[in-house]
Amino acid sequence: MRVTFKLYAMLSDYLPDEARKTNSLTLDVPPGRTVGQVIDGFNLPPKLVHLVLVNGNYIQPAERAGRALAEGDVLAIWPPIAGG
Amino acid sequence: MAWAKKILRVNLTKGTCASEPLNMEWAQQYLGQRGLATKYLVAETDPKVDPLSPENKLIMTTGPLTGTMASTGGRYSVVTKGPLTGAIACSNSGGYFGAELKMAGWDMIIFEGKSPKPVYLWLENDKAELRDATHLWGKTTWDVEEEIKKAHQDPQIRIASIGRAGENGVLYACVVNDLHRAAGRSGVGAVMGSKNLKAVAVRGTVGVSGIKDFKAFLKATTAAKKVLADNAVTGQGLPKFGTQVLMNVINEVGALPTRNAQDVQFEGARNISAEAMHEKRPTDGKANLITNAACFGCTIACGRVSQVDKNHWSVVNSPKYWGATGGLEYENAWSLGAANGVDDLDALTVANMICNEDGMDPITFGATIGAVMEMYQMGVLKKEQIGVEAPFGSAQALLELAHMTAEGRGFGKEIGLGSKRLCEKYGKPELSMTVKGQEFPAYDPRGIQGMGLTYATSNRGACHLRSYTVASEILGVPVKTDPLVTDGKADLVKAFQDATAAFDSSGTCIFTTFAWTLADLAPQLDAACEGGWTLERLAEVGERIWNMERQYNLAAGLTAKDDDLPKRLKTEPAKSGPAKGLVSGIDKMIPEYYKVRGWSTDGVPTKETAKRLGL
Repeated sequence: MRVTFKLYAMLSDYLPDEARKTNSLTLDVPPGRTVGQVIDGFNLPPKLVHLVLVNGNYIQPAERAGRALAEGDVLAIWPPIAGG
Repeated sequence: MAWAKKILRVNLTKGTCASEPLNMEWAQQYLGQRGLATKYLVAETDPKVDPLSPENKLIMTTGPLTGTMASTGGRYSVVTKGPLTGAIACSNSGGYFGAELKMAGWDMIIFEGKSPKPVYLWLENDKAELRDATHLWGKTTWDVEEEIKKAHQDPQIRIASIGRAGENGVLYACVVNDLHRAAGRSGVGAVMGSKNLKAVAVRGTVGVSGIKDFKAFLKATTAAKKVLADNAVTGQGLPKFGTQVLMNVINEVGALPTRNAQDVQFEGARNISAEAMHEKRPTDGKANLITNAACFGCTIACGRVSQVDKNHWSVVNSPKYWGATGGLEYENAWSLGAANGVDDLDALTVANMICNEDGMDPITFGATIGAVMEMYQMGVLKKEQIGVEAPFGSAQALLELAHMTAEGRGFGKEIGLGSKRLCEKYGKPELSMTVKGQEFPAYDPRGIQGMGLTYATSNRGACHLRSYTVASEILGVPVKTDPLVTDGKADLVKAFQDATAAFDSSGTCIFTTFAWTLADLAPQLDAACEGGWTLERLAEVGERIWNMERQYNLAAGLTAKDDDLPKRLKTEPAKSGPAKGLVSGIDKMIPEYYKVRGWSTDGVPTKETAKRLGL
């Protein structure tokens, strides 16, 4: 199944070069792939995996390992950031 | 004590400048800056005063930590009755002007009356005099800065001035200092213009003395700086990406008001984001962002310094816009961009420059253009009236209307009144995205419910900087709460409002609160100032300030009916994103908020609440 994977701010560095222009990458993953498994696959530093959204909805840290993605889901991740 | 204990009172009608002692009893109750200046305004003016009349007063005010070694201790505020809202106005700015004012030996300047001709205040330590500014009238803030420094032969003078917007009666004109920083909201620059006061120029070499316990202050400020440095947001995120890092976040969570809040997600958001500012342009191979920048004493340095492509259509014939300048912050990128459907990063940077050089609040200006574009889309406004074609997405219209508004030309004169008056005039009051007449900023209350309550109850009209619940609801600071529910938001908003009022009265920047709490601020204040400043006392001072501002607004004629959101947010559900199908639950939250505040069902502080707070 296909899901969209997005990394922003300092995490953009963990995307392949061609994906950095859009901060976005389409992934072909087996059914049942979890949020935690996708994150592990990109070797993201745990301290930088702060704001994790699936289709814009926040996923609590404790839920990430067990949260299965579905076809068409958008997984977006930010390090600790803020603004005003 | 870190207070200078001295006020400068400038009577513009008589042309006099006089020193008087700071009311130290009030300083113990209201701390400084926002709280203390508001106390002076309340005591000295009629709340029903016409904001643009000589009877209104304008106060430039520092906090006890302004000009000290506390991190971000460079803040000052401009306090007055606002012409856009008819409510209390208090606009906070960074840069270097505030610290210079304090280092000249002054806590605040109270301007009263109206000068018969344009003047500027020249302040060199304890020497204060009004000087003729006839030759500066009609000039931009950038030109004023250059001319005053040249006239005094001193590049280290710090200047706060109004541009042409403030002269031309733009009701959301701001006071710009240090070229790119601004006391931005509620039209404090229009009040300054109404008094024929073009600028305040300060050179301060006295410094800030009288720190109560210097060793303790050194220890407390060093510890607090370490907290900022060690925090991922204030130590890394803000310096590198600035506030603009929010553009993609807020779009992703479906809370980015787009095309005058018709939508909550903008397809062009990434093109105008922090990430885009870091990328090299294909046209000239350079990035929009050159570097970050810090205000006085700041160890965060969230400011943006940008440069546009010299060959961009918007500046190819305007060399004055070719240099490095204050870049886009999140609010400006949203208000000039997403609110109007414009995703041209360089054009937005130029629009922001125009707002800086001519002294206009880009939030209200941009949001007003959103209303103009919607009325154009509906056929209510035609090209013949506006002067340009103004469809959503037109960067050309945005820039031309920015010039027209600042200069008071043609339809720009009407845009300068803000969207409330404009939409009412053309029979579409529901298209004004305002609370108390002030445009709301970059967070849609349908997708972040707490911000709806923040806007509705903000004492200076819709504003995000009165209780930034986005920190909790979206970013998880200090704890994550659900942005889509109303439960618990009354308590959350009150806590943010009170803490923010205390920070705004201290001389430090509200952005420290991504890492600091009042527990980090209290030891710094306690070491600097007499009086025993604890976390609990600061929270109480914040609550006292909030209720004082509320009482002022009620006396000015505002009522509970003004604690409301635009109809669109209550009746038109979000079309996409996590909030799809939701409207704001403001009607449920308001009664809960009044109860939490200790106010009557009509939104009036009860006698018990007023007594408890010493009001």
